[in-house]
Amino acid sequence: MKGTAGSKESNDCLITIESSVERKIEINSIVGVFFYDQILKVVEDTLDEQELYNVKVIVEDKGALDYTIKSRLLTAIERMREDV
Amino acid sequence: MLNGVGREVPDNVKAFVKSDDFKKRKRTLIDKKNKQSKTVFFDDLKLLFDELNISSKMTLSFHHHLRNGDKVIELVSEEVQKRNLTDMHFAPSSIFPSYKLLGELIKEGNITDIHTNYLNGEVADLISKGFLKGKLIMNTHGGRARAIESGDLPIDVAFIACPTVDKLGNGHGAIGKSACGTLGYCISDLEYGKKVVLVTDNVIDELKEHQINSEYVDYVLVVDSIGESSGIVSGTTEVTKDPIGLKIAKDCANLLDYLGLIKNDFSMQTGAGKTSLAVVKFVEEIMKKNNIIGSFASGGITKAYVDMLEAGLFKNLYDVQCFDLDAVNSFSKNKNHIAMSASEYGNPFENSPICDKLDFVILGATEIDLDFNVNVTTDSMGNLIGGSGGHADIAYGADVTIIISPLIKSRIPIIKQKVTTVTTPGTDVDILITERGIAINPLRKDLLDKLKNSQFPIYSINDLLDLTHKITGVPKQIIPDEKIIGYVEYRDGTIIDCLRKINYESK
Repeated sequence: MKGTAGSKESNDCLITIESSVERKIEINSIVGVFFYDQILKVVEDTLDEQELYNVKVIVEDKGALDYTIKSRLLTAIERMREDV
Repeated sequence: MLNGVGREVPDNVKAFVKSDDFKKRKRTLIDKKNKQSKTVFFDDLKLLFDELNISSKMTLSFHHHLRNGDKVIELVSEEVQKRNLTDMHFAPSSIFPSYKLLGELIKEGNITDIHTNYLNGEVADLISKGFLKGKLIMNTHGGRARAIESGDLPIDVAFIACPTVDKLGNGHGAIGKSACGTLGYCISDLEYGKKVVLVTDNVIDELKEHQINSEYVDYVLVVDSIGESSGIVSGTTEVTKDPIGLKIAKDCANLLDYLGLIKNDFSMQTGAGKTSLAVVKFVEEIMKKNNIIGSFASGGITKAYVDMLEAGLFKNLYDVQCFDLDAVNSFSKNKNHIAMSASEYGNPFENSPICDKLDFVILGATEIDLDFNVNVTTDSMGNLIGGSGGHADIAYGADVTIIISPLIKSRIPIIKQKVTTVTTPGTDVDILITERGIAINPLRKDLLDKLKNSQFPIYSINDLLDLTHKITGVPKQIIPDEKIIGYVEYRDGTIIDCLRKINYESK
């Protein structure tokens, strides 16, 4: 099961999520040096809300704001759930 | 020690005090060359290097009028590499991404020191990472002219790309297959370089008018091509379509109008970015509506200004470099499209430079801080991505200096508590216009007073910073690297900030 949402345009992010044996989060951000912890927190909080623990998430971030990251992740999660 | 903008600089450098401190000092001029001999023509760079006895540790200078299409600096670099000359000092007025070979020479130690006013691309990345063994000195356009004429930046050989040269050795920039227009940035190199070489791909019998006087020219080197025309005039002529850019531009023009700055005989300068071009368009509309005729526009000139000159909206254009083909053509045919040298443009010691006559200027910023200091030299990580060019010169000279920028670029707030690098001191910056609000430098009580009953969304810059952080979150601070890779030199030759090796750690 796998889902993808977003883009690599400036101010956006591309998020890929798939099932995994444990929770793994990989963040590649052009603003990681400034905002890595905040991006990680948005991803973790969103996964907690959705009660998803056994997933691998890859965030390729081009400077997206928190609400963009969250909405891209939620869409990716929906697409993953539809991908049976 | 802390300098006049509160930056830590080493004790052994001349620290920046304040922007008008130069007024306490007299202009220093080294002797101009008094050349007795005739100009000698070469068609072989190797023989010319022998003739000039170009050796390690020498200073070679270049101009950037051929911009991303320049082949001359690559040609000379190639010969430096072949001869394995080392510890060379290069002084190009700017460095563009196409100057690939320069990067190799820096890595190999052929070039160890650089003076320039602006750089981006591979060379900038390498220097940011600490590959330059000596120092990078970043000047302003006016400051470079001052450094050359005063002997602070002695040039052994100036290689001046020149689109057309006549048989006497006079030169012109707006004629020939590699025409680039005016040649403002190389005039100091021409007059004060110990040896001067014009490099051309077009020799004609006689020039009726010239920009470069053969009395300073020692040699002419004739080559197949000095530049790639597609890269020479690379300026954009498009007005932005981005709604944020358009809003900023519209607010900017309306603010100028409200402040009464768009009046008969006014003068202005803007950059050549898409948002700046939108400002020019909106200003043009206001001028037409109110039947206003301006005195002059200056700077790097674009089609937008040429159109206004030809429509009679400005009396003159003062042009240090042409950004597009329309500007090149206009310079050739319009008598009131006037070339200016870097000194006439922005040298603090020049008698009444154009920058001092400007009513207002519209400039960009990568960062601006709570003291209104502006950074256009590095990004927020500390990577070199530009440089002053004329930024600090015209910010000082103009009565009103306006910075236009989106509040946030890819999550990075443009307002900082302290900018990463100071290019232009905040005392010379008056207004910040963003899409979410306008901030006025508290030093400009006159402007605040004029605007107090206006409808413009005016905030303190601190409030705009807080608003930004609510949207982006508070970014972590980069821990600056110990290693100083160079200095930002203010127009008077004092050090306004240090450049440090890039560091990827934050706290």
